[in-house]
Amino acid sequence: MRTEAKVGLGLLLTPLLLWLSLLIFIPHVDMFIVSLQERIGVGKYQTSLANYLTFFQEPLYLWTFLRTAVMSILATLMTLLIAFPVSYYIAKMVKGRLQSALFLMCLVPFWVSELVRTFGWMILLRETGIFSNLLQFVGLADGPVEMLYNDGAIMLGLVYTSMLFMVVPLVTTLESLPDEVIEAGYDLGGSGLSVLREIIIPHAMPGIVSGCIVVFMLSLGNYLTPTMLGGKESLWFTELIYSQFIVRFNWELGSAFGFMLLILSSAIVWGMLKLTGQSLEKTMG
Amino acid sequence: MKTHSFIVSAAVAAVVAGTSAASADTLRLLTWGGYAPEEVVAKFEAETGHTVEVTKSNNEEMIAKLRATRGGGFDLAQPSQDRIAGPQAEFGIYKPIDLSKIDASQFIPSMLEATKGNTTVDGEVYGVPHVWGTSGLVVDTAKASSVKDYTDLCNADVAGKVSYRLKRPTLIGFAYSMGLDPFAAYGDEAAYAEIMGKVEDKLIECKANVKTYWGGGDELMGLLRSGEVVASMAWDTGGWKLNADMADITFVAPEAGALGWIDTFVLPAKGKADDAAYAWINFVMQPEVAAMITAAAGNFTASQGADAYADDALKARYQASFPQEAIDNIKWYPPVPAGLEAIEGGVLDRVKAAN
Repeated sequence: MRTEAKVGLGLLLTPLLLWLSLLIFIPHVDMFIVSLQERIGVGKYQTSLANYLTFFQEPLYLWTFLRTAVMSILATLMTLLIAFPVSYYIAKMVKGRLQSALFLMCLVPFWVSELVRTFGWMILLRETGIFSNLLQFVGLADGPVEMLYNDGAIMLGLVYTSMLFMVVPLVTTLESLPDEVIEAGYDLGGSGLSVLREIIIPHAMPGIVSGCIVVFMLSLGNYLTPTMLGGKESLWFTELIYSQFIVRFNWELGSAFGFMLLILSSAIVWGMLKLTGQSLEKTMG
Repeated sequence: MKTHSFIVSAAVAAVVAGTSAASADTLRLLTWGGYAPEEVVAKFEAETGHTVEVTKSNNEEMIAKLRATRGGGFDLAQPSQDRIAGPQAEFGIYKPIDLSKIDASQFIPSMLEATKGNTTVDGEVYGVPHVWGTSGLVVDTAKASSVKDYTDLCNADVAGKVSYRLKRPTLIGFAYSMGLDPFAAYGDEAAYAEIMGKVEDKLIECKANVKTYWGGGDELMGLLRSGEVVASMAWDTGGWKLNADMADITFVAPEAGALGWIDTFVLPAKGKADDAAYAWINFVMQPEVAAMITAAAGNFTASQGADAYADDALKARYQASFPQEAIDNIKWYPPVPAGLEAIEGGVLDRVKAAN
């Protein structure tokens, strides 16, 4: 019986273990090995930390990473600010079919691919695009306005792309908050602001944290949106990795960049959790 | 019992995967958009019985893909002739071409010899020519008449309405336009780095003029069509295609010289259908078939006699863009020595990051 149970457990775990080892662990080990190779001649390589040194010695790469991280954090905060009222409205203010309908409307844009959505934004924002023409039509602008190819466009795209991943965890946690608790807060003399601060946000914290982690990681790892909407000003870290691998044939440096992205982004998430006094266990529980 | 059936099904899956990969009459072709039009593929399949799977790509991706599999996954690829010797020496991703299986009489002799010379590594020939063309400037002649050379893209009168790629053709074009000779410095890394340093300064200075760096042909066509961009570095075909719809826009061979490229046929090192690959090469080099590819891709081929079948409108556009002295001034890409990409990469990264 005991051995049978063990075999059963093993079988149940097999897909997960296969997934983890084949798709995550082994490729990373391989990438790590590649990142330690240094090209010293035609087809000749030696093991060294040269690629990691390049990352720290060339200010451009570090600067690009910082820029990417700061913009991702900003995008995460903006997504949270926009998504919180929306989620609260969906979870608490409306009921029944309207609730499902609104939730579905948040979901609908994600039925088309990210590429198509980004193209949509390009059509809206470009110089000969809809917004530009509208502004000229109502007389707010004299000539064509270029809204594409700048940091604002990247931010817009990032927030739009990640909205759903913030709304879903927020709605789930807010729904589990009983209405009576909020009412009791008001009965005890709380103002709207203090109820929000003392009751709603603490209750929604797990949702906020998990939403922020997902949105931050998605923004940091996004390639399409910054490249397409940012144009000549994009400069995103994933773009550097792509160009090292594909354009420069420099897999060694690209792998090192990939690893730095993994390490630094994990460090940022860990630091933010510590800074806000949260922990991953609390979020999961 | 469960474990047993799992093993059996895994074994069956492995066997099925193995046999399908080993079947020899499927030609997996790694090529550019337009080089394998559907009508040509259908004609080839009907004549030879082989089936063709087309994957569209570009130079860098082709090499990256082949490097990832150490030359597997495809039976025939079409990188440019200057990108064969370097990657072959560095990564060993191609196998030599058996010239006896190729009908040399179908090729324009000078082009065949030049390509053979440029793709020879350790005495073995790795490439034969297919499609050739140039890159230069596509200009709206009504709105940007001042643009006659690469560096004219930095002129004040076209500020904010210019686009080019952040890739190596731009570096080379700008270098020639600045009176430097990058191809002559290919063999000397220090001299090449010095030239690239000057180009870097120029491109950073010019950045304010650029609307955006284009990434794909379709993106550029959109920018030019909408009038958001009036002058750009681009391939000749792009300019001619637009010229068909908008008479003002056309391809201009820059004063410093258009950059000439030849896309080739190469055999990936682990290709499994060499016979089908040779059959494809000999099939598409027939003048009538080559003319069909010219019609689809917009570029001329190395096929002897295909000009006779080419579209007159396209020939007229070609002659308008290329007077004889412009043809003589074409700078053909010599093979890129391994390692130069790293210098160029640093330059491109710094230009991209500059404000």
